[in-house]
Parts: sequence; structure tokens; C-alpha cells
Amino acid sequence: MSSCHGDGQPRASLLPNPSILPPRPAHDRDIIVAIVGPPNAGKSTLFNRLTGLNQKVANFPGVTVEHRTGKAKLKSKTDVFLVDLPGVYSLHPRAEDEQVTHDVLKGERTDFPKPDAVILILDSTNLGRHLVLAAPILSLNLPTLILLNMADDLAVRGGKVDVAALAGELNCPVALISAAKGTGLDSIQQFLLGTAARLNAPPAKIELPVLQDVPKCRQWAATLGVRASYKAPAPPLWTRRLDAVFLHPVGGPLIFLAVVIAVFQSIFSWAQPLMNGLQALVLSSGHWIESVLPDTPWRSLLVDGVWSGVGSVVVFLPQILLLFLFIGILEDSGYLARAALIADRTMAKIGLQGKSFIPLLSAYACAVPAIMSTRVIENKRDRMATIMIAPLMTCSARLPVYTLIILAFVPNVPLIKGVLSLPAATMLGLYLLGFVAAVAMARLLKSTVLKSQRTSFMLEMPPYRWPTLHSLSLRLVDRAKVFLRRAGTVILLVAVSLWVLAHLPLHDGKAPDLEHSFAGMVGKTIEPAIKPLGFNWKIGIGLVTSLAAREVIVGTLGTIYGIEGDEQSSGLQHAVQQDLSAAGAVALLVFFAFAMQCFSTLAVVKRETGGWKWPAFQFSYMLLLAYSGSWAAYRLTNLILQ
Amino acid sequence: MGWKKKISRLAVGSPRTLADLPTGQRCVIDRLDLPDDIARRLMEMGFLPGNEVVPGRRAPGGGPRVFRVDGSEVALRDDTACHLYLRRDPEADFVVLP
Repeated sequence: MSSCHGDGQPRASLLPNPSILPPRPAHDRDIIVAIVGPPNAGKSTLFNRLTGLNQKVANFPGVTVEHRTGKAKLKSKTDVFLVDLPGVYSLHPRAEDEQVTHDVLKGERTDFPKPDAVILILDSTNLGRHLVLAAPILSLNLPTLILLNMADDLAVRGGKVDVAALAGELNCPVALISAAKGTGLDSIQQFLLGTAARLNAPPAKIELPVLQDVPKCRQWAATLGVRASYKAPAPPLWTRRLDAVFLHPVGGPLIFLAVVIAVFQSIFSWAQPLMNGLQALVLSSGHWIESVLPDTPWRSLLVDGVWSGVGSVVVFLPQILLLFLFIGILEDSGYLARAALIADRTMAKIGLQGKSFIPLLSAYACAVPAIMSTRVIENKRDRMATIMIAPLMTCSARLPVYTLIILAFVPNVPLIKGVLSLPAATMLGLYLLGFVAAVAMARLLKSTVLKSQRTSFMLEMPPYRWPTLHSLSLRLVDRAKVFLRRAGTVILLVAVSLWVLAHLPLHDGKAPDLEHSFAGMVGKTIEPAIKPLGFNWKIGIGLVTSLAAREVIVGTLGTIYGIEGDEQSSGLQHAVQQDLSAAGAVALLVFFAFAMQCFSTLAVVKRETGGWKWPAFQFSYMLLLAYSGSWAAYRLTNLILQ
Repeated sequence: MGWKKKISRLAVGSPRTLADLPTGQRCVIDRLDLPDDIARRLMEMGFLPGNEVVPGRRAPGGGPRVFRVDGSEVALRDDTACHLYLRRDPEADFVVLP
């Protein structure tokens, strides 16, 4: 789990795909070096070491396989581009990711140039099995550097390997390194710098086994190990000890629950002070801008449109980063693989499997990376079902909406003194609602359109490792970039166009009332459809704009009431109370729990499923669920309150 | 698992598949009775005929079990493990029937 799929914790890149090709002029082109290795060999850690922040993630068009490219930090002038290919056990093209690795390495992809050289990274603590991959890689006849990673682990646990002997046997350079600690990386610099010179001289042939025959290949690797006087290290004692705790029949599930609860508790309570601070900053800077600019329509656009729209969303950055920090720690430490193991039985009951647990947990942060991380699920139908239900998990974009409505309508009375208040219970209830809907939908899908045989579950348990600050901070910087880019593009665009639509058409050179503006007309048009849910046309405008992203409704309402001029006097909460009945508020919460209001998610589902069929289905079923759910909630609440 | 299956296992005397094996008892894989692609993936993960496997912890509540195989640990569900047949090693026949 950890490094290979893991570190490549897939990140959201909005459509259209950024170009995956490093610049490559016909003459004097840059050198491309592919990094290949089995899952858990430390590929991504090495890649991060060699490229730093100088990297980007992209998908190969047509398939759902992600890879990263980046420029190596070298001491010379030559540019060397590294490409981090999906982790594979062999080049036998069976799974999609193996097919891509195979095609790229053989130069069979028209959209990606054949690499000039290969860095093969293997886990030195498990060399016998990992060396098997050397056979297909060496048969490519490309200049190859073999790195035996986790040298520190090997030494601590009393293992040994004769690097020179192995290099002699394989007829290519071999080095012992530790990507996590950053030791032994000089050999890579030398290899990369020397690659250009070596390009013309193909490596001498060595005797390789028949690649189709797994036992033969394994035997070949074993013989190599013997010739290189490989001494396997002692079993990882700490991993055994920790597993005795984390997989304990009673303690294991309790720790599992405690971890999940701690993650949620932290995103609610720890992030709050940071978010309040950010909110205050956005507000005061907005007032400041208002005070220094002359009173023109442009000031209104900047303050009411851009600042309140984008600002209301940026406030949620701390919460999102905190959640990704936790998921990063769980993943890098190796616990997430155990969590998948513990969850497998429960997940099997709803027709899914343990591997679905990881994406579904990430979906509480954001459905986009969650859907990308479903790639660890080999079974296509399980994977599709996981993708279909992931957006029902309460993602962080729903929090601003929930918070606004709950603060405005739910009185702050304690239910259990000091532990649970009514607003907190309402919030928990909404999380539960999304979860229950996801479970029900999974069962429905898995017993109808996505029915499949109980699938095999094979999951390698990586040894426990300390997550490194280096890899965690890279992840967070990456997430922050994605989030801010989204705030600066999609949300900015919606905020500005909403402001424009709310100020047109001009009457005698003056902006109209909101009711007679274009935005108002849109709200009025859909009002008949949403009246049964207890929403009026202003909420309707919010529903329309929130199709782009859920949190946009908060910015939109801010803009709408800002335009009406009563924002300063009563605040957004009071303003919302004017327009929604209590039953309407409940209905709105239910609507947001179920509806698919996120362009980015739809785009990523389209990319992952290879067409519009599944995203269209997902959008429709979620809209149906949202409409009927909030209609029922409106009726029911009215009955109870009367 | 049904009654008949349990009885037949007892009658044979020694564990026949990976799923029957008690925790900690070493065994040697004989063959994999699974579709090609799954078998190949399992072999790549170390479940090769002739390789030694030691069953380790089970996920709490009867979930998949972790197997130590070829230098790493891999979790399998029982319904996969029961298709991995074991080599009949006389030394492993320690189950004494009345």
C-alpha cells in the first residue's frame, strides 16, 4: 500500500489533462529515464527524492493509469526527465497498469516516447522475490541501473548482499541505497549523467529465463541471490509486534474505531481555530479593500463577487490539509493496509471488499482523489461500485453548507452534557445519512448491474515504517496547490459570473433588483420545481451555482445577500433564516447530503470510467435520491413541527 | 463451510489446502487451482508450487488471514486460500485420529 500506489496518493488534476510529455525537440532532445519497480519497493519515495517539487501528475489518455514526470535535480546542464511508472510485479500485460508500464518501456505508446534508460528499484530486504522483475526489465536491452532500496533496514535486520557480484552477474550497475534516508544516491547522479554517453552502446546480453514461466523466473532470481551471497534479513520483529496489537481480535477493531474517530474529531475541533483565523483574515481584508477603493461597480465586483465568493471557500483549507495529513500518515506508516484487512469482512457484507475501504475513507476529504485511489481494486465491478458510491461520503466541501444551515437553525442545546450538543449531533447524523445511503447503494449496485462473484482479495502487508516529514510535506503542498488552483479557477469563475448575472440587465444604466436580474430569472424559472422541497428562488440560484462545487452555495448566498444590502446588519445566518423555514432547512441539508454537485468529481469519474455513461448515471441517481429525500424530509419535518 | 466438508477434512487427516492450516504450521504449496490470471498474480506474490508458507494472524472477526510467504506477508480470504493445495508432507501429518 504504502509507497508505490500510496505515495502517489493520486491528486486531482482537473480536465483537460496537462500535457504528459516533457518537451522533447527532435534534435538534441532531453533524456527520459523510467523508474520501475514492484509495489512497496519505494519507487515514489525515490522519485520524490530525485525531483523534489519539480513534478507533475498525469494520466495516460484512454486508460486509468496515472504516472508522474519530473525533472531530475542534477549538477550538470543536461536535462534528464524522470517518469514514475505504476508499480508492477512483472511485465506480463494483464492488468491495465502493467500494460502501460509494458507499452511505455517497449516504446509502443504513440503518446509517450520510449525511455532512454531504466532505473529498476527493488526492496533489498526481499531481494529473492523482487529480483524476478529484473528479468523482463533487462530483456528490454535499455541501459539499466538496479537500485537495492532500504539498505538501512537490511543492515539493521542483519541481511547482506554483495553488490559487485550481483552487478557482475547482471552486467549492469547495481547500488545499495536508502531512498527514505537519502543515502547512496550518488550512484544515481553518476548513472544519469553518464546515460547520454552510454546511449549508443547497448548493454551486453546475459542469460535470461523464459519470462512467461513464473517458477523459472523465481528460480533464476534465487540462483542470482546465491551467487551474490545474499543473506535475507531476519523477519521484521517490530512489524510482528505491532501486528499483534493492531490485528488483535479485540484490541484491533477498537484501535481501528479509535483511529477513525480521532481523524474526524480532529477535522472538526483542531481545524476550527485555524479556520476562524483565516475567516477573520478574509473578512478584515475585504473590509480593508472596501475602504481603500472608491465606490464603483468594480469595487462591488471585487468585494462582493470575488472576495466573498472565493474567500468563503479558501477558509476550508486547514480542514482539508489536516485530513490529508492524517490519511498520509496512515498510508505511509503501513497502517492503512491493516485497516483494509480489518474492514474486509464488513465491506464484504455490502458486496465490496477491504480495498474499497481506503478510497471510501479518503472520500470524507474529497471524492476526487478517492476515486483515483480506487485503482488499487483489481476487480472492475468492485471498483466501479466504489466509484459510484464515493461521492455519497460526506466530503469536506459539504462542511461549509452544513455549518451555515446548522448554526442558523439548530439551537445550541446540550444532549449529553459536555459531550454532545444538538448541532454536533445533527452534523453526525448527516455523516451517518451519507454513509447509510452509500451502503444501501453499494448493496443495490452489487446485487444488480455490478453483480459479480465474490472476488479474491490479495493484499501485501508492507512492514510498518515511520512516515517521513519529507514525503508528508510534499503531499500537503501538493494538496494545497490543487485546492487553491480550484478556488482560483472554478470558484472564481462562478463567483464572477454570478456577480455579472446578478447585475444585468441594466435599467437606465443602473443594476436591477436581484429579482429582475438574469440570476434572479434563473432562480424564478426553477422555483416551481423546488417549491415542493421548501426552497424559494434565492436558494434556487444557490442550487444552480453549487452544481459546479457544493461549497459555492455559501459564497453565492453571501453575494446575493450582499447585493440586497442587509449582509452587514444581520449576517448570512440571519439572512438565510428569512428565506428558509425550519423544514426547508432540513430539506436543504438532505439535498446536499445526496446530490452530486461537483464538476471535478464528474470529470474524474468520466476519466476513470472512460466515458460519459457512468458519470451520467451517477449524476442522475444522486439527483433522484436528493430530490426525493429532501421532499420526504420537508414533508416529515412539517408534520412533526405542526 | 458445511458439515460434510469438515468431516472429509478430518478423515483425510492432514490439511489439504491453505485454508485448513492452523496458525503457525509450516507447509509447502503443491498447486494452485484458480483461473490463470489470479494464479499468476499469486505466484508473483510468492505462492509458488514448492514454496513454503506459514499462516499468520487472521483479521479480527474472521476476515482474511495473513500468510508469510517468500519474504513478505500477504493477506488472503479463505475462499481464495482454499484453492491453494498443499504438498502432502508426512511430517505435517500430526493430526492423530482416534
